[in-house]
Amino acid sequence: MTEVGRPADMARTFAQKALAQASGDESVAIGEIVDARPDIALSHDNTAPIAEIWRQFGQDRVVIPERMAVTLDHAVPAPTVRHALNHAEVRAFVAEQGIGHFFEVGRGICHQVLSEEAIVLPGDLILGSDSHTPHFGWLGAFGAGVGRSEMAVIWATGELWLRVPESIRIRLEGMLGEWVTTKDVALTLIGDLGADGALYRSVEFDGPAIAGLSLDSRAALVNMMAEMGAKNAYMAPDEEVFRYLAERLLTRPGRRPGRGAEPGEASGEVIVRLRERTLYPDAGAEYAAEHVLDLSSVQPQVARPHQVDDTAGVSELESVRVDQAFIGTCTNGRLEDLGAVHRVMAGRRLARGTRMVIVPASSEVWNEALSRGWVADLAASGAVFGTPGCGPCMGNHLGVLAPGEVCISSANRNFQGRMGDRGAEIYLASPAVVAASAIAGRIVHPREVVE
Amino acid sequence: MNDPVDVAERFRGRVFRYGDHVNTDVIFPGRYTYTKSRPEDVAPHALEDLDPTFVERVRPGDVIVAGWNWGCGSSREQAAVCLRYSGVGAVVARSFGRIFYRNALNNGLLAIVCPGAVDALEEGAEVEIDLEASAIRCGEAAYGFSPFSTAVRSMIAAGGLIEQTKRRLAAG
Ligand code: SF4
Repeated sequence: MTEVGRPADMARTFAQKALAQASGDESVAIGEIVDARPDIALSHDNTAPIAEIWRQFGQDRVVIPERMAVTLDHAVPAPTVRHALNHAEVRAFVAEQGIGHFFEVGRGICHQVLSEEAIVLPGDLILGSDSHTPHFGWLGAFGAGVGRSEMAVIWATGELWLRVPESIRIRLEGMLGEWVTTKDVALTLIGDLGADGALYRSVEFDGPAIAGLSLDSRAALVNMMAEMGAKNAYMAPDEEVFRYLAERLLTRPGRRPGRGAEPGEASGEVIVRLRERTLYPDAGAEYAAEHVLDLSSVQPQVARPHQVDDTAGVSELESVRVDQAFIGTCTNGRLEDLGAVHRVMAGRRLARGTRMVIVPASSEVWNEALSRGWVADLAASGAVFGTPGCGPCMGNHLGVLAPGEVCISSANRNFQGRMGDRGAEIYLASPAVVAASAIAGRIVHPREVVE
Repeated sequence: MNDPVDVAERFRGRVFRYGDHVNTDVIFPGRYTYTKSRPEDVAPHALEDLDPTFVERVRPGDVIVAGWNWGCGSSREQAAVCLRYSGVGAVVARSFGRIFYRNALNNGLLAIVCPGAVDALEEGAEVEIDLEASAIRCGEAAYGFSPFSTAVRSMIAAGGLIEQTKRRLAAG
């Protein structure tokens, strides 16, 4: 129902459309609080503590088992008995409740896995008990992070209150130069606008440059908007995204009625349905701010310890010694990222005194890197590999840092203490810069190593 | 479970001052997130990587006063829970990370946006927070903030999101 005094033909942002759809309202105003029903509710290793909260409600069954997705990814394989017990509790809960989508140790990081499995579709609302849930904006979905108690409430009631956020629009023009990636674009934006530059807001990307970006590159950029404080981020999905999803839905036919492909269906039919469910912002919608970035002006960036918005061009850094290089995470652990690392490192050796840890974002990425021969080449360079998952990103295991050590990382956060001791320092950069720095033993521009 | 801070309409405590962009990793380190969940287990780690002496000094009702974007970063709810159960009654800041803000209010930790108080209040100052009047008092001075919405106030009055949801489910 349209409220009195609200023009029905008003132009709307993506956030307004997505949250209106999820709350069953015809239209919602910016600032309005809605009771939204997520299409997907995501949790990971934190599923067991959430289940503990949920049990306080005295229900026998969660009300949305088919909408829940659970991955084990944050500390896998279990590094301690405490973690192993936590995993065991998650498995028991998933079996007891008949959770539709469950992914075991080694399948990969929740955001990557739910993308690869085509569980999140354009126009969906996905709420996750993980702060990088805005990631799913690369598929044209509205993804936002929530707390553990909130996830328990979603399991119990199927819904959660959300405020319809203000939106900012970032128009991308031009083309990325050699050795420049969307990680550098993200760090440039965060450096310019600040770690709270999109606080509480929905970030909509548009502009002619998007069509020229690979899908892996789009995901990396949207993912990083969490580091600008965004509630969610969005990129209009194009035919390439529809094909990616359709292919994956067709290899998993009949998984969830009405949300995918039926056995024997033609790809074209699936694509038509994906197109139909896509939400696009209206021309003339209301934006709190608009920015334009010419991608050809972006240079390889580094975020210095301990803030993501403390950025500098890699060439501006004075020689910074590197103890550990880390490649992985939901930001930059995909195939394209491993390809960039391979391009820089194959046939070269790690610098003496520098070690390198690579953790693919998913088993699909790992298998593809294996079959392309990249893993063997990188191992010959001296890199070690971890089980697909989050790896040392949040300091659980698989490459944590000692006091005084310096890490250059393809991750998204360089907060003090995040990867181990609080006396360690984390620099963030693109996979190519991380790889070049591993070869040089200090932070360098990739062309210094390759050319 | 014993509640160190009663979310009363008024409460008082001393000010602990911190800076901008204090993230959830330094409020509650990630290395504990899949092993420590109960309030009494997480409280001793509050602000461990920012101010290791904080937990020895904090007393029930104390108030954290900080700059921009307090609680940015991870969604971990322990960042709000560890502060509340270490005794903190409220965090007053110029702005908050959005998930921290929700987690705080959902757990009965007041998250108050009040730049005037952030400008004025010094470390160790004695303050009183008056939710009724939406003001922070310090001696003769008072700093107003936008009142919480009725929805948020009723959630706080119900004892937080979980208690409120229990009542809602019981009511059918
Ligand atoms: S890779 Fe890092 S940022 Fe991404 S979900 Fe895992 S812990 Fe979080």
